[in-house]
Amino acid sequence: MPLLEVKELNKSYNSEIQVLKNIEFSVGAGEFISIIGPSGAGKSTLLRCINRMVEIETGCVFFDGKDVGAQNKKDLRRLRTNIGMIFQHYNLVPRLTVIENVLHGRFGYKSTIGGVLGLFTEEEKQRAFDLLEKLGIAEQAYKRCDQLSGGQQQRVGICRALIQEPKLILCDEPIASLDPNSSKIIMDHLKQISTELGITCIVNLHQVEVAKDYAHRISGLKQGEVVFDGASPLLSQDKIEHIYGMETRELITV
Amino acid sequence: MNEKIMRKKKLQLTFVFLIIIAATYLSSAVTEYNLFESVATIPAAFAWIFSNLIITQEALERLPDILEKLNETIFMSIAATTIAAVFSLFLALMGSKTTKANNILSVIARFVASLSRNIPVVAWSLILLISFGQNSVTGFLALFVATLGFLTRAFIESIDEADQKSVEALTATGATYFQIVSKAVIPQSLPQMISWILFMIETNIRSATLVGILTGTGIGYMFDLYYKNLNYNIVALITLTIVVAVIAIELISTRIRKVIL
Ligand SMILES: Nc1ncnc2c1ncn2[C@@H]1O[C@H](COP(=O)(O)OP(=O)(O)OP(=O)(O)O)[C@@H](O)[C@H]1O
Ligand SMILES: [Mg+2]
Repeated sequence: MPLLEVKELNKSYNSEIQVLKNIEFSVGAGEFISIIGPSGAGKSTLLRCINRMVEIETGCVFFDGKDVGAQNKKDLRRLRTNIGMIFQHYNLVPRLTVIENVLHGRFGYKSTIGGVLGLFTEEEKQRAFDLLEKLGIAEQAYKRCDQLSGGQQQRVGICRALIQEPKLILCDEPIASLDPNSSKIIMDHLKQISTELGITCIVNLHQVEVAKDYAHRISGLKQGEVVFDGASPLLSQDKIEHIYGMETRELITV
Repeated sequence: MNEKIMRKKKLQLTFVFLIIIAATYLSSAVTEYNLFESVATIPAAFAWIFSNLIITQEALERLPDILEKLNETIFMSIAATTIAAVFSLFLALMGSKTTKANNILSVIARFVASLSRNIPVVAWSLILLISFGQNSVTGFLALFVATLGFLTRAFIESIDEADQKSVEALTATGATYFQIVSKAVIPQSLPQMISWILFMIETNIRSATLVGILTGTGIGYMFDLYYKNLNYNIVALITLTIVVAVIAIELISTRIRKVIL
């Protein structure tokens, strides 16, 4: 059984446009898949339907055998602990330290009181430091997050997702705000996570070249529909042109 | 900025100035207030102040009593502000569009805030005076109620300004509402909230004198007492201590602000 199964998913925020149209796809455990498509195609929306950060309209999302749309509040919380999320703008709490931000990833496992009082076990703290070490930002552990560079902040974001011990990590344009160097570091880490820890990654990307380099499989979204879904090498130039539309040819190489 | 805009700005300024002059003239005509006559009384008023508001040795003997009352007033202001701040925090969390639990509570919170804010502290003193009588509870409550509205409003703004991105991230990890509020919303808005609390403490120490006159408590009551007894020496001393206290509090809060912001 696949880890994630999306069936006939539809979504619209208002009656004017249908953002997602009949999306069908499934992702097996350990896959590294990239979703590409022009701005406004619905990539972010699709990602957020998977952990129900936006409500599913019709259709189903099955994660790890559970119907995401049917979970009550408490079970949804439980389910979200198994799905890490990484954002374009890192979404850290700027005034708190790196280590505090990493430990935020444990809230889903804690009682409300335990989380509010910040009661973390020694093991959890040790794990947080180990992760920072692994991502090469251990020296920054006690710095405030707003004093870090973008690339460093994104690595904190990755640590926060990893400490959840997730089965799936959703990345919404993780490198869109980074320079090429930092981008490569982040993509390499994501790849490493997927191969070493066996965590499934779904990565929204703007850069087709990066998607081809890193993902096993690419899914192309266009105006809310999946117009391409296949192994990365199968994504030919004319398929790319179909996804992005003819006139945006030069956009692809950026 | 080019010259045209500069000239336009100047013109606007002149225009506004003319309107202010016209409005001043009109309103003094309506109220039969004579500007020149009142300006003419200023020297006499100062002469009176300098001859009567003198701190004498005799007045200084009352200083311990005055300081005790002043302390009472300062602590009442601080207590009223901080206790109101706790309630305001909950009202603001309910009222803010980003952290509200449900719409009904949000409307109630905003209504309470707006009601208590839009009635001035003097009016609150008079209203509460009827039901609680002339004692320190009335003074405390008047400050408390007025502060509650103001701080709720200010806190709602601080919360709304807090970045929603980290809230989204924590929601995605499976955090609960209170975890998100305490670890993502409050850390971001806390410096601003403390700044507002300090501002309110300053304001309340000033208003407490006035409220004290009305409700018969603290330094305001003492001021009123000696004022009515025509003992202007002590009135002068009381005024001086209040001014010193307010300046001291302002200096302290400026320092605190510098550290936290
Ligand atoms: N919260 C929302 N309310 C209303 N409409 C929305 C909302 N979020 C997204 N949309 C609309 O849904 C459509 C798809 O948006 P989405 O953010 O999913 O696209 P995207 O593929 O991620 O684009 P981008 O590459 O620019 O991030 C857009 O037309 C957008 O205007
Ligand atoms: Mg997007």
